[in-house]
Amino acid sequence: MADRCAVVGVGQTNHTSCRADVSIAGLVREAVDRALADARISIDDVDAIVIGKAPDMLEGVAMPELWLAEALAAHGKPVFRVHTAGSVGGSTAIVAAQHVMAGIHGTVLTIGFEKQSDGNAMWALSVPIPFGMPVHAGAGGYFSPIVRGYINRSGAPSHIGVMVAVKDRTNACKNPYAHLHEPDWTLEKAMATPMLWDPIRFIETCPSSDGAMALVLMNEERADRHSGPKAWIHGTSMRSEPTAFAGREQVSPRAGELCAEDLWRKAGITNPAKEIDVVEMYVPFAWFEPMWLENLGFAERNQGWRMVEDGLTEMTGSLPVNPSGGVLSTNPIGASGMIRFGEACMQVMGKAGEHQIDGARKAVGHAYGGGSQFFAMWLVSSDKP
Amino acid sequence: MSEADGILRVRQPIGVQYRWSAGPNATSHLQGLIEGRLIGKRCPGCELVYFPPRNGVCPKCARILGADVEVGPRGTVTTFCIVNVPFLGQKVKIPYVAAQILLDGADISMQHLIQECEADEVRIGMRVEPVWKDRSEWGPTLESIAHFRPTGEPDVKLGSEAGAS
Amino acid sequence: MRDVAIVGTAQRPSQVETNLTSVELILPVIDEVITKVGIDRSEIGFWCHGSCDYMSGQPFSFVAAVDAIGAWPPIVESHVEADGALALYEAWVKIQTGECDIAVVFSNGKTTSGPIDRILTLQADPYTVAPLWPGFDAMSALQAQACLDSGVVTERAMAEVASRSLADAKTNAIAYAKGDHSVDELLARPYTVAPLRAHDCGLPVDGANAVVLAAGDAARRLAKRPAWIRGIDHRIDTQRLGARDLTESNSARVAAQHAGVGRDKVDVAELHAPYTHQELLLRSAVGLDANKTRINPSGGALVANPAMAAGLARFAEAAEAIFAGGADRAVAHCTSGPCLQQNLVCVMEGE
Repeated sequence: MADRCAVVGVGQTNHTSCRADVSIAGLVREAVDRALADARISIDDVDAIVIGKAPDMLEGVAMPELWLAEALAAHGKPVFRVHTAGSVGGSTAIVAAQHVMAGIHGTVLTIGFEKQSDGNAMWALSVPIPFGMPVHAGAGGYFSPIVRGYINRSGAPSHIGVMVAVKDRTNACKNPYAHLHEPDWTLEKAMATPMLWDPIRFIETCPSSDGAMALVLMNEERADRHSGPKAWIHGTSMRSEPTAFAGREQVSPRAGELCAEDLWRKAGITNPAKEIDVVEMYVPFAWFEPMWLENLGFAERNQGWRMVEDGLTEMTGSLPVNPSGGVLSTNPIGASGMIRFGEACMQVMGKAGEHQIDGARKAVGHAYGGGSQFFAMWLVSSDKP
Repeated sequence: MSEADGILRVRQPIGVQYRWSAGPNATSHLQGLIEGRLIGKRCPGCELVYFPPRNGVCPKCARILGADVEVGPRGTVTTFCIVNVPFLGQKVKIPYVAAQILLDGADISMQHLIQECEADEVRIGMRVEPVWKDRSEWGPTLESIAHFRPTGEPDVKLGSEAGAS
Repeated sequence: MRDVAIVGTAQRPSQVETNLTSVELILPVIDEVITKVGIDRSEIGFWCHGSCDYMSGQPFSFVAAVDAIGAWPPIVESHVEADGALALYEAWVKIQTGECDIAVVFSNGKTTSGPIDRILTLQADPYTVAPLWPGFDAMSALQAQACLDSGVVTERAMAEVASRSLADAKTNAIAYAKGDHSVDELLARPYTVAPLRAHDCGLPVDGANAVVLAAGDAARRLAKRPAWIRGIDHRIDTQRLGARDLTESNSARVAAQHAGVGRDKVDVAELHAPYTHQELLLRSAVGLDANKTRINPSGGALVANPAMAAGLARFAEAAEAIFAGGADRAVAHCTSGPCLQQNLVCVMEGE
């Protein structure tokens, strides 16, 4: 019964560690203006705006969408804010799509952003909470023991994380918007980078970025009239589970498995590794690529690292993962999920430029957040569902 | 930057003070830490023991936790991380080992420091015990324990608990 | 559009300061609403939560709330950094896509864990306004003064709103401030932030609430008299106080038009007005005649204002008025941002 929905415009900022040249509003408008230009519409054509970002403490503005309404020319329009931790960029795009699928609005603009340089992310993510033990150190401190759990149980050799990192950093050199452009990494040099949160090496961690991504979504009637490439949404899915409970599987959380299963069912996918042409996966620490390959059903349990080792997730492989360079090369937290979703669209729209996977027709955007507990995914295609 | 470039950034310190609530369901656990005892709580639904009693509820059953259960003091390392990153507000000198420790009698691991051994000697399955601070420093916080140290007992072979929370 | 209704509500009695964690605040209202409506957790197709990190003083504070709702096996769930009324809007959208039939919406606000006036001030432009720390009450007072100067409200009319709200609150177990106070008595009290007096400002309290939404046949099965959502819309204005007419609420007016408030009589309206003059502005923006519509019979946000939960509380109160048969057509409203910047308006009807 739901209406069909297509992405007709994608726009992102030039991501970097400190965009001192723009305000938060200027950063957001840079992505929005590029998305509107890509869709060849004006902001007056937008019916509603759905905004997502990660914790407000990263910039020190509470519920910043209220203040940003003016910069978005939203006076008299609906502006809706989503916050689902690291998965927020993905869930925001999904909430935007649902406004279209539900038949409520014909054209929706959605935005994910973060201006990390305006605050201190390591501080904002490690606010000491009374009563506990202040031993963990940011997201790396949280996820490192889980990575160790994966290495321990899968028997993966220690260079797998480094292989993922070098691949993503190399891919990023083909993406003009990526934060890190570091063409000279070799496996040897990467292996020599220091352990920050052992077993996570420096090269295997994401940068802290300023950036924004915006998408223009339209209903079927408008998208059909719209000339130019489109990314049709074939399915969206979200799943959540608690952060911790006795016996919780943290390496491959059940919520992630269910999210993927639901997406494959909705999009009519029976063999994801064969049918999907390219994946933009949320990999803030390199080891999460093999972990998510298993979690999403692209590989058997404990076998994901073999796909990495065999080069299958490189741009030339059978399942390219993160041709954009991924979160490992660009991480404006609240935008990172939407960059995955938007890059997936760019692939099926044929707009990915140098990091285009030839002939990509079906692409997946993936995001996760919290303690590997919130998952959001969508599948887009150049073909109408 | 020169003034001709214009003002590109403003500095705006934000100070907000909060009063944190531990919640009544954590009282016996926190009281225990003041007295040098490790008190967890059993879920009346799944009967698993939570230490610490996260927010006073079992997240799986969505029930308020029930009876107090004394756990530990010894436990087993389920996984760990060696922190080498300096950051604002850090209280512990780097490098340090932050480990997930499953206390004997508890069903969920908790995070604490491992010291009195080299970082590269820490292993999944290693047996550890708490080293309490001086009694005068005990308070309603896991910081009453200075750190955990190896007991020297043989390692425990962990199954699905390895890498689990 | 699918027919969607509120079929059950639960609210926690307001406290001026609770020592409960947010999880302990939320868990009982979730249990209560699920039990009242008589559903099993497995029937719930979507959960949506409204809260604010800056109020809890912790990034990702909403994550802990997942512990309170029984998210195992994993659930379909989302969160808005806003009042729970906007979470209700997202759940309504979700049901409209046909992806689920039953949704639970909840919100919590521990208004007293931090300095709420200062925290809400952080919503202001971070470059030019927030560094001045104007204060949220003071921005509202500025609006009240503009309204007094232009003659759209009087101090007496504001005191009448407070007097009526406090009196109505006497029969509301959830309300905190309550009692009989004459208009003259209220007018004799000192200003706190002129021209506002203490009773002109919503009382910050800690609270939590939950409602169940259901579509079509599911709604008819779960409630004797569902509160059918006939129209719902939200709009925003620019935040810049100098760029809008503070003596009206454009966004509330547009949202009310889209929600269809004016199509028929309104028996009860629950307006989220944290300041007395804002109720007067909202009546006019939403298009309500106080002689024909009972305004805020619960006492409204003036007698208990758990920020981020006070808007959803209005939906719960309006729906309860329909459940009880006291109203056939009700309006629920939620506002956000300084001086009524963002407004959500919903029309509900019994059958």
